[in-house]
Amino acid sequence: MQFAQWLEHARGHLERLGNRVTSAVWRIGFASRFLAYLVMHSGTALRRFRLTTAEIYFAGVLSLIIIVVSGLFVGMVLGLQGYETLQRFGASESLGVLVALSLVRELGPVVAGLLFASRAGSAITAEIGLMKATEQISAMEMMAVDPIARVVAPRFWGGVLSMPLLAALFSAMGVFGGYLVGVQLIGVDAGAFWSQMQAAVDVRNDIMNGVIKSVVFGIAVTWISVFEGYDAVPTAEGVSRATTRTVVTSSLAILALDFVLTALMFTGGNKQ
Amino acid sequence: MNRSTIDLWVGVFVVLGIAGLLFLAMKVGNLASFSTNQTYQVQARFANIGGLKVRAPIKSAGVVVGRVGDIRFDNESYEAIVMMNLDASYQFPRDTTAKILTSGILGEQYLGLEAGGDGVMLKNGDRLRLTQSAVVLENLISQFLFNKAAESKEPAKEPAK
Repeated sequence: MQFAQWLEHARGHLERLGNRVTSAVWRIGFASRFLAYLVMHSGTALRRFRLTTAEIYFAGVLSLIIIVVSGLFVGMVLGLQGYETLQRFGASESLGVLVALSLVRELGPVVAGLLFASRAGSAITAEIGLMKATEQISAMEMMAVDPIARVVAPRFWGGVLSMPLLAALFSAMGVFGGYLVGVQLIGVDAGAFWSQMQAAVDVRNDIMNGVIKSVVFGIAVTWISVFEGYDAVPTAEGVSRATTRTVVTSSLAILALDFVLTALMFTGGNKQ
Repeated sequence: MNRSTIDLWVGVFVVLGIAGLLFLAMKVGNLASFSTNQTYQVQARFANIGGLKVRAPIKSAGVVVGRVGDIRFDNESYEAIVMMNLDASYQFPRDTTAKILTSGILGEQYLGLEAGGDGVMLKNGDRLRLTQSAVVLENLISQFLFNKAAESKEPAKEPAK
């Protein structure tokens, strides 16, 4: 008797687990189909480029201030902390290398991506989700306007185009912040700061790989944002949940992708 | 906000982003100093290259004259083959010596070239005959210890303090 009850209980748990797994896999499949459809129907977004420009304004231009200020402060902190550590080994001239490499390879794309996900990604999800909740999406379908081509694709391309520029600006501001603290405030030699940096940072291996990272993060974050918005339950609660999911999923995706990309990019070169 | 203002701001944003990228490439990276100079390739064999890496600088009299292009292992002579890409504007005699040196005590390793006195200059595909391998710290220490041991054999009668 006891055993039968326990079995029933366990079956309920197993069923719920199975449901969760299948629904997760289903969502991944739906998201992939959504991305394929989106890319194939982005003709409108690229032909009427004004639509995409407006989204670059919302995703990129309005994120400028947070990106520039955070980049500056991250670089300044790197300058202070790096100097503290390096001067113990008498290598304070390498401060430029430390600041530039950590920003260009890792912090630039990753922190800019996280900021972008919370500043622009959440807004995209909320906007599309609310459009769905107020039945604007259905109204478009009624008027034979494809909502994916008209609403989703411009937002997707706006985000994908903005993200690499934001990451580059973040890294550049960070290096400038490191220069401000290291050279102007602490007094590291300016010549050594720049020349050691230029000797150590490689354009193809470091800067291009950083740009590739930021492009990948941009695609991932914007994809998650538009998908969560389009897939949101059309109620106030559903939209708020979708927005939260966007930020959480994109942050995790950025960190996981960063690990994979770093493993691919920066470990192969050190075999010599 | 009307359309043209949005376009203006997007333009400012794109210009700023590209300026950031250019700043990274020119000022942070080494794109400006790395023009597409003509190079010629010379190879050298070493018994031990230590920690020499691909793209390490090749210096003569302290000036960077090229980069290490490729490092391979020769399975017949059991030596390392280092391909060097030298800037075509710098010519070296055929009996130039290649040494693997270290900048500072713990710094990176680089290839040092010391020009010889031959009148014939190196051409693309030539091989440097005179090479000096990297100094391996363990070998140095063991040599030093053996020497110490050999020295202390004779005056072994001295009492330890």
